[in-house]
Amino acid sequence: MSVTTLPTLALARRQPSWLVRLFDYKPFLIVMCLAPAIGLLAVFLTYPLGLGIWLAFTDTTIGRKGDFVGFENFQYLLTDPLWWNAVFYSVVYTGIATFGKFALGFWLALLLNNHFPFKSLLRAIILMPWIVPTVLSALAFWWIYDPQFSIISYLLVDVLHWRTTNIDFLGSPWPARFSLIAANIWRGIPFVAISLLAGLQTISPSLYEAAMLDGATAWQRFRYITFPMMMPILAIVMTFSIIFTFTDFQLVYAITRGGPGNSTHLLATLAFQRGIAGGELGEGAAIAVSMIPFLVFATLFSYFGLARRKWQQGESND
Amino acid sequence: MTDTAAQPAAVATTPPDTMAWDSGLRRLMMIYLPLGCFVLILLFPFYWMTITSFKPNAELMNYKEHNPFWISSPTLAHIKHLLFNTAYPRWLWTTMLVAIGSTTLSLIASTLAAYAIERLRFRGSPYVGLGIYLAYLVPPSILFIPLATVVVQFGLFDSPLALILVYPTFLVPFCTWLLIGYFKSIPYELEECALVDGATRLQILRRITLPLAVPGLISAGIFSFTLSWNEFIYALAFIQSGANKTVPVAILTELVTGDVYQWGALMAGSLLGSLPVAIFYSLFVDYYVSSLTGAVKE
Repeated sequence: MSVTTLPTLALARRQPSWLVRLFDYKPFLIVMCLAPAIGLLAVFLTYPLGLGIWLAFTDTTIGRKGDFVGFENFQYLLTDPLWWNAVFYSVVYTGIATFGKFALGFWLALLLNNHFPFKSLLRAIILMPWIVPTVLSALAFWWIYDPQFSIISYLLVDVLHWRTTNIDFLGSPWPARFSLIAANIWRGIPFVAISLLAGLQTISPSLYEAAMLDGATAWQRFRYITFPMMMPILAIVMTFSIIFTFTDFQLVYAITRGGPGNSTHLLATLAFQRGIAGGELGEGAAIAVSMIPFLVFATLFSYFGLARRKWQQGESND
Repeated sequence: MTDTAAQPAAVATTPPDTMAWDSGLRRLMMIYLPLGCFVLILLFPFYWMTITSFKPNAELMNYKEHNPFWISSPTLAHIKHLLFNTAYPRWLWTTMLVAIGSTTLSLIASTLAAYAIERLRFRGSPYVGLGIYLAYLVPPSILFIPLATVVVQFGLFDSPLALILVYPTFLVPFCTWLLIGYFKSIPYELEECALVDGATRLQILRRITLPLAVPGLISAGIFSFTLSWNEFIYALAFIQSGANKTVPVAILTELVTGDVYQWGALMAGSLLGSLPVAIFYSLFVDYYVSSLTGAVKE
């Protein structure tokens, strides 16, 4: 048998077409494999990123090619109270929402780390806010925050009798700001909880057993085992969360569009309003570029979080 | 003798404080009660969305005579209005097309890229991987203004094709990282065997690596589908004509009209727009969870 099969195999191997051989040539294959991904990213990510930075230094408007104007756009932004307002609210929004998401998300992860019936079903249900399109759940929040028919107002006024008037959620600056933050926290909890739950499940139970033998209390076990072991994954998830909360757009655009009185503009919504809706591409790009220093800071934070994790697990950096 | 026999029994019946922690009421207060609150709050907006879409307008605007938490006479009027008086079916179709197109494109691109980075190891492959990872950290909010001018330059403004080409910018980095993780878990020896047997690299990818990476491909696929279904800012900036809009954008810009909002129709639109991803999600929950945690971990 082997005698008869060998020649045919050899025949098949002796005459592969030049195309097959080309695709088996490793450098060529590497280039071909990387080309689609790198090409797409270069044309639609790297190039626009550079173009955006260039646009920020020009006075381009929709339909007119702009000229280089140096730092004029940025100088203007520094004197613009609306920009300062957006920076202020972006920082407040990111700060409070991140804190809320992580406090509640960590708590939820700890709860889910216990044993109880229907655990996987519950885990599946909890991810729902994160799966559903943000704009669509934001619309539901808009309806929940309705000045006249808000269900929260109904509960507080007509059912519980805690208040006598409806809450004006979106009509004045600070309530509107906090309403948006609440919606953002609602949307962010599942992602944080499920990511942290994955981290919790990697902590070896033997650590807790050892601590319990030494007489550690529940709080001590959390403080000296859970928290330090979770630090690396917390750092990564938090970096992602901070980046995408700081540059959030959908929620604010869907619920308030920056109102009332421009008090809830984030940098992204302000950039959209000036750049696309207002047509001042140069100025909009400058607002978008002004987010970059913050994101670079967050990325460095992520990188060091990642490095620390490898070091903790006793792996070498590859 | 009696002493030694009694001791284990005593340990079993009067356990340390861990068992007290697990005991009835305390467990209820510390675990089930907060969990219940979480589930209630996380799901309430969906309940409210659903119940609003089936309520007749009279009930929607009158809390005094109707209990707002329930429907006394459910109606399909809002959904009928949506399906027959608006371009909603068209928007759904466009969204589906864009989601499937961009998912396919990014799956192909990222499978090849992940294979090259993880399996065809070459000098600098970790840096290419890092570069793609960094691309994931560039948020769309920074890119949409220059991308709008790029899209206009390419003559793709107001075309769903623009979205199919642009969405891979955030899908490819994610999928590539997910698939690198999956390829890592496939034993390299399998490929070596195939190489020794005279298979070409492409045959190895097609016959050995890809079939073993199917769970990873499914994870990456459904995740990309969801992300492109949910995308908002690019669709808002690049599409102008009502007929070509995707569902999230169309509901916000076409259905919100005037000062009196038609909450019934808005919520029905949100419900219908969420259903495809929700169904998709319920079919592949485990893949979602693994891809979510996998992408964060590596």
